[in-house]
Amino acid sequence: MSGNANGYKWIGTRTIRPDGVDKVTGRAAFGADFALPGMLVGKILRSPHAHARILSIDSSKAEALPGVKAIVTSADFPEIPPSEAIKGSSPPNYRHLSQNLMAREKVLYDGHAVAAVAATSAAVASEALSLISVEYEVLPHVTDVLEAMKPDAPVLHDDLFTGGVEPKPDKPSNVAKRVEFAIGDIDAGFADADVVVERDYSTEGIHQGYIETHAVVANMGEDGQATIWCSSQGHFMVRQYTAGLLNMNIGDIKVTPAEIGGGFGGKTTVYLEPVALLLSRKSGHAIKMVMTRDEVFRATGPTSGSAMTIKIGAKKDGKITAAEADLKFFAGAFPGAPVHLGCMCGFTPYDIENVKAVGFDVVTNRPKAISYRAPGAPIAAFAIESAIDELAGKLNIEPLALREMNAAREGTRTAYGPTLGVVGFEETLEAAKTHPHFSEPLGPDQGRGIASGYWFNVGGESSASVSVNEDGSVTVTSGAPDIGGSRASLCIMAAEVFGIDIGEVRAVIGDTNATAFNRHTGGSRVTFALGMVVVNAAEDCIVQLRTAAAKIWDIDVEAVVWEEGEARPAGDNAGKFEPLSLGDLAAKTPMTGGPISSEKSSNVQGPGPAFGTHICDVEVDRETGHVKILRYTAIQDAGRAIHPGYVEGQMQGGVAQGIGWALNEEYIYGDDGRLQNPGFLDYRIPVASDLPMIDTVIVEVPNPTHPYGVRGVGEIPIIPPMAAVANAIEDAVGMRLTDLPMSPPKVLEALENGG
Amino acid sequence: MAKNHVTTTINGEPVEFLCETQQTLLDVLRDELQLTGSKEGCASGDCGACSVMVDDRLVCSCLVMGVEAEGSSIETIEGMADGENLHPLQQKFLENAALQCGICTPGFLIAAKSLLEKNPDPTETEVRYWLAGNLCRCTGYDKIIRSVLEVAAEAKGA
Repeated sequence: MSGNANGYKWIGTRTIRPDGVDKVTGRAAFGADFALPGMLVGKILRSPHAHARILSIDSSKAEALPGVKAIVTSADFPEIPPSEAIKGSSPPNYRHLSQNLMAREKVLYDGHAVAAVAATSAAVASEALSLISVEYEVLPHVTDVLEAMKPDAPVLHDDLFTGGVEPKPDKPSNVAKRVEFAIGDIDAGFADADVVVERDYSTEGIHQGYIETHAVVANMGEDGQATIWCSSQGHFMVRQYTAGLLNMNIGDIKVTPAEIGGGFGGKTTVYLEPVALLLSRKSGHAIKMVMTRDEVFRATGPTSGSAMTIKIGAKKDGKITAAEADLKFFAGAFPGAPVHLGCMCGFTPYDIENVKAVGFDVVTNRPKAISYRAPGAPIAAFAIESAIDELAGKLNIEPLALREMNAAREGTRTAYGPTLGVVGFEETLEAAKTHPHFSEPLGPDQGRGIASGYWFNVGGESSASVSVNEDGSVTVTSGAPDIGGSRASLCIMAAEVFGIDIGEVRAVIGDTNATAFNRHTGGSRVTFALGMVVVNAAEDCIVQLRTAAAKIWDIDVEAVVWEEGEARPAGDNAGKFEPLSLGDLAAKTPMTGGPISSEKSSNVQGPGPAFGTHICDVEVDRETGHVKILRYTAIQDAGRAIHPGYVEGQMQGGVAQGIGWALNEEYIYGDDGRLQNPGFLDYRIPVASDLPMIDTVIVEVPNPTHPYGVRGVGEIPIIPPMAAVANAIEDAVGMRLTDLPMSPPKVLEALENGG
Repeated sequence: MAKNHVTTTINGEPVEFLCETQQTLLDVLRDELQLTGSKEGCASGDCGACSVMVDDRLVCSCLVMGVEAEGSSIETIEGMADGENLHPLQQKFLENAALQCGICTPGFLIAAKSLLEKNPDPTETEVRYWLAGNLCRCTGYDKIIRSVLEVAAEAKGA
């Protein structure tokens, strides 16, 4: 392949991913595929109660069972006092992390870990769990966000006082934090409006639903040096969190990343690794732990559910004058709902003078929420993009046209502070308007919905090295796990800089000793941030290659250029020497100053914020309440698609997850506070027969800070779908559904109540 | 309790193994025979990541007991390629970026191969319903379905 329409040799081509063959032949080693000789099986005992005080734990019978080698409870873990909860400048809160890892005085949700055993087989470990006797005093529980905020609600934490309010409350409550983002004068904005819409919305807790369950092998050496093999979104994160939880030196832990079978934000914390390491220390054996699907649903993830109120006002001509959001997100058992992110992102697609977004982070007796793809933004966008659609209806303006009238562009001030730079929102709206889908006729009970979404994207701490091997092939070593094809994009960028064939470049993910620190894979950051670091390192290698060629030719380095994969003499020397290829120069390094390589570390800034706009057609079955997705088109500004196939894949995957969120997925709790659907049969994610092909349009408005213009692409596509589906249902049957999921019973009920 | 002795054929090779009565075929493949290409995503037959062929029938190996494999012929992802030559479905999945994380990919490939053996010229709807027992959380299925249809079309044209 040589060259393509954008002027690049490799950027924008659909190369075969370097890790591909292993993944289609079953050779790729994921978290559960690793084994060590003599390793034991570890399993966790989990609470059957939503909220209870632990009175006693008696493990003597389990310890006596032949084959049981170690048992740990919270008493075996260092207790982290409030004064040491935050280490360094950023989360996590290690006190909460430790309490979530293994319950101390109280269990706070159905599935909360209480004890762990290591045994010679899975069967013995399971039997041992059944022999551990835990005496509980069951306490009243609360799983609903609005119930949890009431003054008489059961309080989860005696030491939790609402932050962000003055004066500081004198009583603990379940409201961990209040946040507010505002610009302009909200009251004046509404006074100025001709039309106002105001409505309540709600969403349920849902799970990231990665197909690979959490898995780890951990081994504590006799010298105190630990090795962990696991799948996660960040092996440096695993190392740091494990060290913090066990009071170890970070340098005494090595984490080797396995291939990761999906994360979507859900594998950005630790559940098993410190437990496995402690069991290894106690038993003297390596420990393997693999979660069951039931454990994944009950004790990991999910993302927040919410109760929201949205109010938007506009002039008759469509100009939005004021927008207000009240967002209450439940965080699960420990604070940390992404409500501030919902407040930041929700109204950003629009240039509005007066905005107020208030958020509440509320603890409930559910598993602790963790990131899920653009955390917080899809929840807020469901409500806000529904409200925009309703406003368009009241104004009698076509919904896409209303978005165009109010669209954010370069120079628009956001409610959370920054003024937008070069962005491509209007370009996505234009692409939607001109797409054939937008004007295709619809049949009876069919409807079309439009929705947009914004995500700021992330850069962050990134390290990688680029080495020219002895034969002129190139190895790119980075430290951020590849969860969706990022090795392919790093290879493409390196091959572009060197001007060599893509087959000459390999990208590997190094362990925690192979590269310097990397922030975990998340925030749509890897192709952008690691890409910048890899490009810088490759460019540094080219300076070294030019220097080597200059030495061989005995001319100034300035007189050597690098073109099409080789060093060429330039200027007065042009044509005087035979060009030297990467292979030629690599073979001569013993004479020219040594190996060619470069390692770069940077806290990468300037991720390009991005927007998406989706078009969704549905058909509503009035008899069953079933909503069928007929056609779907996702449009997104990717800045520059390094590998279009994997950009489209992110968009299609995000849409599918969003459709699941819209129509089916929900955590269902019984009155007893126990999760009733902890399996893929009853927690139904979309299957192939639920979906149509998902059309994609990649808009490219390059990010000026990235050498090739990359913006993050992984998170935007899950933001618009829920509102796009809701707006399509409204268009089909004239009913506005405000509570997710819009499952058949809810649709049917709405239809029966006069749709 | 004594282990059970089982004689099978796996990917064309005679294989004997010992297993405990409660071990599933998936446990045996992964833990006893180190054939870890079949994945466990649910252990309840809901995700299809452990799909294998037993006597030409597509099954979830998490729902088959190891002892039930006695005398049967089993095909797993490890036997799909012919040496270094990938099966057309494997090659098409790579060309079309039909995998992201790749954990579901072995199950999809086994299931898709079994479909094309039964129905060499399926419609899009037939592909979607045949593969409805295999969960993928990354791709939205689009590129997987297209890959299966393209392989079928190319076989027809060949």
